[in-house]
Formats: sequence, structure tokens, C-alpha cells
Amino acid sequence: MTPLLEVRGAVKSYGAVRALDGAELTVDAGEVVALLGDNGAGKSTLIKAIGGVHALDGGELRVDGQPVVFGSPRTAREAGIETLHQDLGLFDNLSAVANFRIGRELRHPRMLGRLGLLRERAMERDWIAQLERLAVDRVDPRQEVGVLSGGQRQAIAVLRTVAFAQRLVILDEPTAALGLRESAKVLDLVARLPEQGVAVILISHNLEHVAQVADRAVVLRQGRTVGTAAPTSENHEALVSMIVGAVPPPSTRRS
Amino acid sequence: MSAAAVAHAPRGDRATSLGLRALQAGPVLILAVLVVVMALLSPYFLTSRNVANVGFQASFVAVLALGQLLVIITRGIDLSVGSAVGLAGVVAAAWAGTSGAGSLALFLAAGLAVGTVNAVVLVYGRVPNPFIVTLGTLGIARGLALVLADGQTRTGLPPVVSTLGSGKVAGVPIPVLIVAALALTLGVLLGRTQWGRWIYAVGGHPEAARRAGIPANGVLVSVYVLCGLLAGVAAILVAGRTDSASPQAGQLLELDAITAVIIGGASFQGGRGRVVNVLAGALIIGVIRNGLDLLGVSPFWQLIAVGVLVIVSLELDVLRGHLEQRLRTRAASA
Ligand SMILES: Nc1ncnc2c1ncn2[C@@H]1O[C@H](COP(=O)(O)OP(=O)(O)OP(=O)(O)O)[C@@H](O)[C@H]1O
Ligand SMILES: [Mg+2]
Repeated sequence: MTPLLEVRGAVKSYGAVRALDGAELTVDAGEVVALLGDNGAGKSTLIKAIGGVHALDGGELRVDGQPVVFGSPRTAREAGIETLHQDLGLFDNLSAVANFRIGRELRHPRMLGRLGLLRERAMERDWIAQLERLAVDRVDPRQEVGVLSGGQRQAIAVLRTVAFAQRLVILDEPTAALGLRESAKVLDLVARLPEQGVAVILISHNLEHVAQVADRAVVLRQGRTVGTAAPTSENHEALVSMIVGAVPPPSTRRS
Repeated sequence: MSAAAVAHAPRGDRATSLGLRALQAGPVLILAVLVVVMALLSPYFLTSRNVANVGFQASFVAVLALGQLLVIITRGIDLSVGSAVGLAGVVAAAWAGTSGAGSLALFLAAGLAVGTVNAVVLVYGRVPNPFIVTLGTLGIARGLALVLADGQTRTGLPPVVSTLGSGKVAGVPIPVLIVAALALTLGVLLGRTQWGRWIYAVGGHPEAARRAGIPANGVLVSVYVLCGLLAGVAAILVAGRTDSASPQAGQLLELDAITAVIIGGASFQGGRGRVVNVLAGALIIGVIRNGLDLLGVSPFWQLIAVGVLVIVSLELDVLRGHLEQRLRTRAASA
């Protein structure tokens, strides 16, 4: 079977810093893959390339076996890929529902294109339905996101990413600001995505969370893929040593 | 902030939320207080003649401030609008023999041209600093106006210009009606359309806007072009008021426009600002100038009064940030 997504030999430098140095990653349709690695391993850099935020200096992306170049986040979105970035990317000056719908606002048809009036009511109704889906409590759709708590903000950002994904959801530390209960809800949501035919790349430093939802864990270190394993509790120690670099020869353990 | 949000909030939050709402209404409240004070101090202030006068004077600033608002919401600034007013008048006067419609089109085209140059240099010329870009075009447009007019003020514009600039309909100055129509249109565009939403998004978090697939460059271009076009409209009102076109017209009006936007509570940090409040800002400047004039206070003090108000407005913006922070901490601990 052709994988949904393949990343081959990804190379990316920021000035003198080589953030990606031949990283590899494959994701099958409907699979939940955890992307692990220490701080600065290159995880965010890799998923930014997949999400079209920046281009790779070298290497290749393939979707359904076809090489693709995502020139912008918009093209990645059009390919069915939605990304929650580590910094959330919320608009503090806009309401919860405006954040949720940003870039895909509902407009009244037959009128003026982007100058057509927004369908605020319909967007609010849809927002409330989505909140129920994630079982998130009461967030007033008109509340400005800037005054919400870290957890509420993260919930909105997760919801926005998950709700519109067609094929692949990328979540960069989606539970970082969340309490136990909220984390469990997000993980629950992640676990249910494959049922809808949506694959997931989950970045997390929490191996317990990873064990709960991921089919497979891929470990990055210093911009390279150093190994892959099922994130079971037996493999816990092996994964930790891959992450911190206690297992020496990475070249023999490519995914 | 919605009423529902206030109703949901626990007790301590309610006061904070109300505070935030009061701040949002701040400029209108300040205007109301000023009007009452001036009316008490000068019996002439509320006569229909004087009110119309304030309307005429505030209209130039208001039109320019509406354009400036769009730009400032996107974290930008347009210093060139005053010069664009001068240039547009000179261009229209250079072809004063055309029809009324032709002349109006010249005003608008000149304003549009200045706005387009700003947009193109800023976005496609990759000079990501609107202050510098528009400082450049401020000089260029003013210089062009002086060169084209040979430093002379010209008359003989078609009558429609002076009608628009100094006429009245049912006692209401036509410039005031024009401002009202523009404000209404812009209010709907900003508050109710996708384009408006994207303007706030680009100003609130430019990188996130790009990631959300918003054509940020297109939004920026539209905003500067529109600001230039509005400078063309203001030029019509300025020329119509004096029935002449001076290459010096509009000098320093850019600062009044920016002042009106800031007094109107928009944030230089971008992403914030409302049409109603900007109109209030323009009127506040107009009322202060006119009121102090009536009271025989020297224009020197008017400068000081407006300056103080700018600082107060900035402090109110700081207070707003503080209140929001407080709500955020409350939300986290709830
Ligand atoms: N915009 C940037 N400019 C310069 N260097 C950067 C930039 N972004 C990342 N880097 C560098 O690239 C390397 C990889 O960073 P990246 O953010 O991909 O790591 P990460 O695996 O996501 O880490 P974390 O777990 O801390 O989020 C680091 O050395 C980092 O300092
Ligand atoms: Mg990261």
C-alpha cells in the first residue's frame, strides 16, 4: 500500500543551524504516528515543512506516492493537511468562533465574494456543535480569545485543526497547556480521527499520552530519524534512549 | 465583548468585563462629555451654524482617519495622505476644464495612485516598513504637487467640487453626509465581511494569518490602496471648501488623521479599532479646536489639549491590556 505521506531525506537549515539533516517519515492512511525527540531535535521544523509553512532545502515530500511541493500553508490545506503549530497561531483580537473559522468563513452566497456578508449565526451554531464533539465546556463564541485561559486557547486551536482536516492532522504538542481532564479529551479526539479516515502526526514529550493513542513512534535526534518502534510500555526505555541518544548507531535503525 | 460573556462570568470578572466595555465606549463618552462642557461654557457652541462648522472642519479629518484606521489595524501607518490631498487637488486643477465627473475622477485617481505606490513598494518592493515607505511618498507627492502647480494656488474647478465641499442638504453639510455614508460602508465591510475579518486577522497575528491561508499581501495592498482613495475623497472636500487647489493643501492633515484614530482607541499594535470610535476621535479633535476657539483660548493651548488626549488614549489602551490580562488569569484559575 502506498503511504499517505512520505518524507525522504529532509534537510533544512536556519543559517548555520542544521535543523533537519536527512529526516525520514512515513504515515499511512488512518495511522496515528507519534513524532518524538528532545528539545531542538527538529520536530517542529519537520512538520512546518509538511504543513507548507516553509520549504525544505533538500529532500522530498510525497503524498500518495506523488512528489509534492507545498509552496504555502494554503496548498497543504488543499491537500487535506491541517497543522496545529506549537505556538497555536490564535488571533487574540478575534472571537473564539472567528478564530475557529479563520480563512474558511461562511458567507452569504450569490454576493460579492469576499465582500459578501458573513453568516455569523451559522458559524456560531457550528461552533457549538464542535464544542460538543470535543466535549469542551462553554466557551462563548463571541468571547475574544485574548482573554481566555491557556487551556481554553489550546482547546480552540486543537478544535480548529481537527474539525477541517480531510486526510492528515498534525498536532505539535497539543496537550502542553492542558490539565489532566482536558488532555484526556484531546487524546480521545485524536484516537477517534482514524475512524474518519484521517491520519495523525502527534508531537509530544509525554510518552504516556503517546502510548495511549499512537500506532507507531518515530524518533528524531539532531535532525535525523534515529528509529521507530511501537510505543508500548515494553518499548518505553528503548524509546527514551533513542530520544536522548544512548543508542549509538542511528544509521542502522532508520525507519 | 458580548453580553452573554458578561453574564457567564463570575463576580469579580463581571467588573473587569464591564470595565473593558466602558473602555470600548470610551471615545464616544469623551466626546459626549466634551460637547456638554463646551455647550455649558459657550452659548454659541450648539447653534446650528456652529455645529455645521464643526461638521465641515471634522469631515476632512474623518475621511482621512477612516482610511488610516484600515492601515493602522494592519499594524501599518500612512503618512502620505496629507500630501496626497495636495497632489490630488493640483492634478484636478491642472485639468480644470473637464466635466464635473471627470474632475472628481481625477481627484480620486490621484489619491488612488499614491495609495497604489505605497502598497506596491511596501508589499512587492519588500520594504516592510510602512513608516519609511509613506514618509518617502509624503515627500514625493508634496514635491510633485508643488512642481505641477509651480507653487501656485489655482481656481476654476468645476462647480460640483465646491458643492460637495461646502454645500448643505436640509441644513446638513454635504461633507458630513459623505462621511456618514463612507463610515457606514466601511463599518459593514470591516465588521461584517470576510475581507474585514481578514484585515483584523492580518493585524492581530500576521504569521498566523499566512498559515491560515489568508492572502496577507492582498489584504495589505487593498488597505493602502483604499487609504489613498479616501485621501482623494478628502481632497475633494478640502478643495471644495475653498473652491481652489493649493499645492500646500492637506499639510499636517495626516497627523490629525492618525491622532483621530489613536484617540478613537485603535492600537498601534494592530488588530484593534472601530469605525464609530474613529469618527468620535475626529469629532473630539474638531470640538476641542472649535470650542477653545469660541472661548478665545489661544491655538497654542489647543495643541496641548489634543496632545494630552493622545497620551490619555494610549494610557487607556495600556489599561485595556491590563484588564484583559486579569480576565485571562481569572479564566485560568476558574
Ligand atoms: N526560526 C528559527 N531560526 C533559527 N533557528 C531555528 C528556528 N527554528 C528552529 N531553529 C533551530 O532549529 C533546531 C530545531 O528546532 P525545532 O523547533 O524544530 O525543534 P523541536 O524538536 O520542535 O524542539 P521542541 O521540542 O523544543 O519544540 C533547533 O536547534 C532550533 O534552535
Ligand atoms: Mg517544537
